[in-house]
Amino acid sequence: MRPLTCTDMSKPTRIYLPADSAALALGAEDLAEAIAAEALRLGKLIEIIRTGSRGMHWLEPLVEIATPTGRIGYGPVGVADVTGLFAVDWLQAEKHPLCIGKVEEHEFLRRQDRWTFARCGIVDPLSWSDFIAHGGGQGLAWARAQGAAATLAAVTASGLRGRGGAGFPAGIKWRTVHDTASDIKYVVCNADEGDSGTFADRMLMEGDPFALLEGMAICALAVGARKGFIYIRSEYPRAITVLEGALSVAREHGLLRDCEIELRIGAGAYVCGEETALLESLEGKRGQVRAKPPLPAHHGLFGKPTVVNNVLTLATVPALLTRGAEAYAALGSGKSRGTIPIQLAGNIRHGGLFEVPFGISLRELIDEVGGGTATGRPVRAVQVGGPLGAYFPRALFDTAFDYEAFTAREGLVGHGGIVVFDDRVDMRRQARFAMEFCAAESCGKCTPCRVGSVRGMEVIDKIVSGRDIDENLVLLEDLCNTLRLGSLCALGGFVPFPVLSALRYFPQDFRR
Amino acid sequence: MAWNKEKAAVIIEANRHLDGPALPVLRALHEAFGYLPEETTAQVAQALNLSRAEIHGVITFYHDFRREPAGLTSLKLCRAEACQAMGSEALATEVSQKLGTSWHGTTRDGRVTLEPVFCLGLCSVAPAALVGTELVGRADWPRLQQALAKCDH
Repeated sequence: MRPLTCTDMSKPTRIYLPADSAALALGAEDLAEAIAAEALRLGKLIEIIRTGSRGMHWLEPLVEIATPTGRIGYGPVGVADVTGLFAVDWLQAEKHPLCIGKVEEHEFLRRQDRWTFARCGIVDPLSWSDFIAHGGGQGLAWARAQGAAATLAAVTASGLRGRGGAGFPAGIKWRTVHDTASDIKYVVCNADEGDSGTFADRMLMEGDPFALLEGMAICALAVGARKGFIYIRSEYPRAITVLEGALSVAREHGLLRDCEIELRIGAGAYVCGEETALLESLEGKRGQVRAKPPLPAHHGLFGKPTVVNNVLTLATVPALLTRGAEAYAALGSGKSRGTIPIQLAGNIRHGGLFEVPFGISLRELIDEVGGGTATGRPVRAVQVGGPLGAYFPRALFDTAFDYEAFTAREGLVGHGGIVVFDDRVDMRRQARFAMEFCAAESCGKCTPCRVGSVRGMEVIDKIVSGRDIDENLVLLEDLCNTLRLGSLCALGGFVPFPVLSALRYFPQDFRR
Repeated sequence: MAWNKEKAAVIIEANRHLDGPALPVLRALHEAFGYLPEETTAQVAQALNLSRAEIHGVITFYHDFRREPAGLTSLKLCRAEACQAMGSEALATEVSQKLGTSWHGTTRDGRVTLEPVFCLGLCSVAPAALVGTELVGRADWPRLQQALAKCDH
């Protein structure tokens, strides 16, 4: 991205414009050029600062103008709007139909409690001074001053659980690696966010990459590792570019003084988001799942004790050390403590990122925060937790966003993604897709997943063609149980969630 | 760039010091040449002191690796659930008709290769596509055409 700076003596007006993938995909780059060109033509002094996204994706590209009383937003802004915006003198925050007022006071943001995403969309992701000015680096400073034992205790006390989907307590994982004697230990960041409906990892890496690097440095200090890897998926080219830049800035400023971090790029295998497959891939092999035990905490990358944590888990640690583990633990519901960055996706009017304490209901998220479907049709189903998550009908919208509450209803919080479908969805097709996806992405190591997913497609095809529907429905349930109980990892083990939930809550779709 | 054994050797040499070098080496070769021809296997295996079976296993495991050269621009259309909820299947049918090719196929003029992708992280602005290096949200055929036109320059 080209930062545009004017070097005139008088002070330029600051304009903030995201360079987040979602904004770029909606034309933010052309918009930046159009704004710069128009300002030049009119002789207006401006400085365009490229940020991450605030997470209000229906307003992207969202342009913010710095004023003495705060940042005023305009969105969604297209290239065609630029002349008109300058004509009403938007640099003086004059009224315009696209003006959303003070961005901080927007209802979508006011309803949130941002810990992990506190800086995202506000700062220039590669500006070290922005990072420091907004509280960056304090978590690592605390950990360096207090030492490993106090850091482990704080992470445990915060109740932070793995945000990748499994929800395993981060403190216990870290302690296990700390307590395992070894000359070499590793910290591995799982940035292979492959679930459809999720983009929080991507947004964080593009909008506040230093938070992740700081989290990894803290983890390394706590467990005694000197080397870290970020395994990022190849489908995130923008995040890769930002992280590469962030690593070199972080090195310059001593953030990685005690732990070198290397970026590794995946090659399009969904299963590599599973931690043991990821480790195999990092070792340069096929991304095949390992049997557990041994746990990666004992026997991980190259056989050494390894922490494998998701992007959000690691990026949350600096905030909770800075603002207090107890304050974080005070938020949430049941055993799900703290906040969860929820991603509203698919057919939804107000899609984007919404970070709140655990416990909010699906209804509030979809109807109130999300504003229903983008198409304006009734919501029929939502899939929560990615391609392996259950489909829920409206009757289950009272479910609270909480690991245990979803498990109790045979669903998944997963990585916190919600995909909304309107009343035109064919659930039989969605069930078949789940099996098809599993067949395409299966690593092939265990038979239930490798063969069962193919058989699952075939059985659903028979149901679709109207052949022995009752018998085949029984067979499908039976097959799902085999997959659930017999698979090595969550890919085969969880694919029954979308299939069986589609069958249970939308049986009419299977008897057309 | 056409496949070239000497250039491949330079790329392998530049990456072989890494821990677990096979994947980064293959990625770098793929990035340089756009595909991994049959002769890659033996050359990489020899350089990394691994068996040809191991390298063949790695190449064939990962969806990103092509075995044949592709068109000038790759058009990746997302096929995952969030995009399905916004009509990506109908869009895919339309795109393949307009291009006159199916998944993994290349247009007759060699300009575009149509490829599926499972999630670009643009699930809130679906359907999504990646055209060359250009991300496209709320994709439809006219917007994809615009992006393709940009790639021609």
